[in-house]
Amino acid sequence: MAPMTDAFSAASVADPMIPRVARVVRRKREIADVVTLEIEGGAFDFAPGQFNMLTAFGVGEAAISVSGDPANRTRLIHTIRAVGAVSRALKELHVGEPIGLRGPFGRGWPMREAEGRDVIVVAGGLGLAPLRPALYRLFAEREKYGRILLLFGARSPADILFRDELEAWRGRLDIEVEATVDHARGEWCGNVGVVTTLLSRAQFDAANALAMLCGPEIMMRFVANALLERGVAQERIYLSMERNMKCAIGWCGHCQFGPVFICRDGPVFPYSQLRGLIGKKEI
Amino acid sequence: MIESIERIVQEHRFFAGMDAGFVALVSGCAKNARFDPGQYLFHEGDSADWFFLLRNGSVAIELRDPARGAVTVQTLHEGELCGLSWLVPPYRWTYDARAIEQVRAIAVDAACLRRKSEADPRLGYDMMKRFMPPLVERLQAARMQMIDIYGAHD
Repeated sequence: MAPMTDAFSAASVADPMIPRVARVVRRKREIADVVTLEIEGGAFDFAPGQFNMLTAFGVGEAAISVSGDPANRTRLIHTIRAVGAVSRALKELHVGEPIGLRGPFGRGWPMREAEGRDVIVVAGGLGLAPLRPALYRLFAEREKYGRILLLFGARSPADILFRDELEAWRGRLDIEVEATVDHARGEWCGNVGVVTTLLSRAQFDAANALAMLCGPEIMMRFVANALLERGVAQERIYLSMERNMKCAIGWCGHCQFGPVFICRDGPVFPYSQLRGLIGKKEI
Repeated sequence: MIESIERIVQEHRFFAGMDAGFVALVSGCAKNARFDPGQYLFHEGDSADWFFLLRNGSVAIELRDPARGAVTVQTLHEGELCGLSWLVPPYRWTYDARAIEQVRAIAVDAACLRRKSEADPRLGYDMMKRFMPPLVERLQAARMQMIDIYGAHD
């Protein structure tokens, strides 16, 4: 009989439901309740916007978007907020500990369709994490796009994710970065207000723009409406959806959203596909 | 070159497309104003005697909390309107407005404009149509801030 580890590895190749074992090699606390884990354990290929199922052994599995650079194939990066038992256990993993991994899954951001267009990236809170791989790709291939705008909203200055990186991006002359917070004390000199206020002041060619949105669903609805009012076509407004994903391959039905499964058909969808569904509380 | 108040009002995006006669009526109640960084445009509880069309600079809308001090709930920028309480009785500010950086604005005398609006309901209606959208936008923004959309919710 083959050793247990070999059987486990062989099954991982054949069965998408069985995780492979990787290892945490770096852990960084980002903001309260949010950590970034860097994982090694083979070669990793993914498209910006895709997600993996991460396992905290003995606790369970959760769908987490990749937040690292797709050009880096040796190290996988995930940014995790502790909101439930599994994500809390993942957040507590230390360097050297094993982590289960299935994926990558789902359809990511429309990078090819964005070429030749102004690109408006709107992120709210932890929504910046699934957009970061797309931003890395946009910046790496800067010449392929028109204006690039990154508009970011957070709860307060202390809740700004990837703050150092945002500051570095703000310093670039070839992209426009604006951040706003919902409320602030005196030491914050930046914008205060909902993220849609940034959009109303942003300059872009609406007729030839493509938008990528990720954040709380209610935020995405309002941003999508504001983009429509500015004249951006609903087919070119893309949202990354979140639902209760369990199997990640469209078998179990937990993430069904009307006629689609978020895990298999998304998580990134054009607004034109969701417009009639996203505001319905019955779905 | 000194710009006339009337031209500035006419070119301000808030008054875009306004009838020239109405622009003249509004401009008759207006004057230039300037605020240094940190200076307050108005304070909570004061009588809402003016509103401001921001030409340059940013303004923080603040609420004072004894436990936390001043909390900024909104920032206003060039091209926006600062002050809506002048339109609704009892005409008192319900927040502080502080210049974050040097601010240049057109200050409009609220009592003067209210009188003119009472005398000419067409002007009053035009003003109401211009003030309602920012009012509703700010109400909507306050709702989203109130439900704490970025908070961790199980």
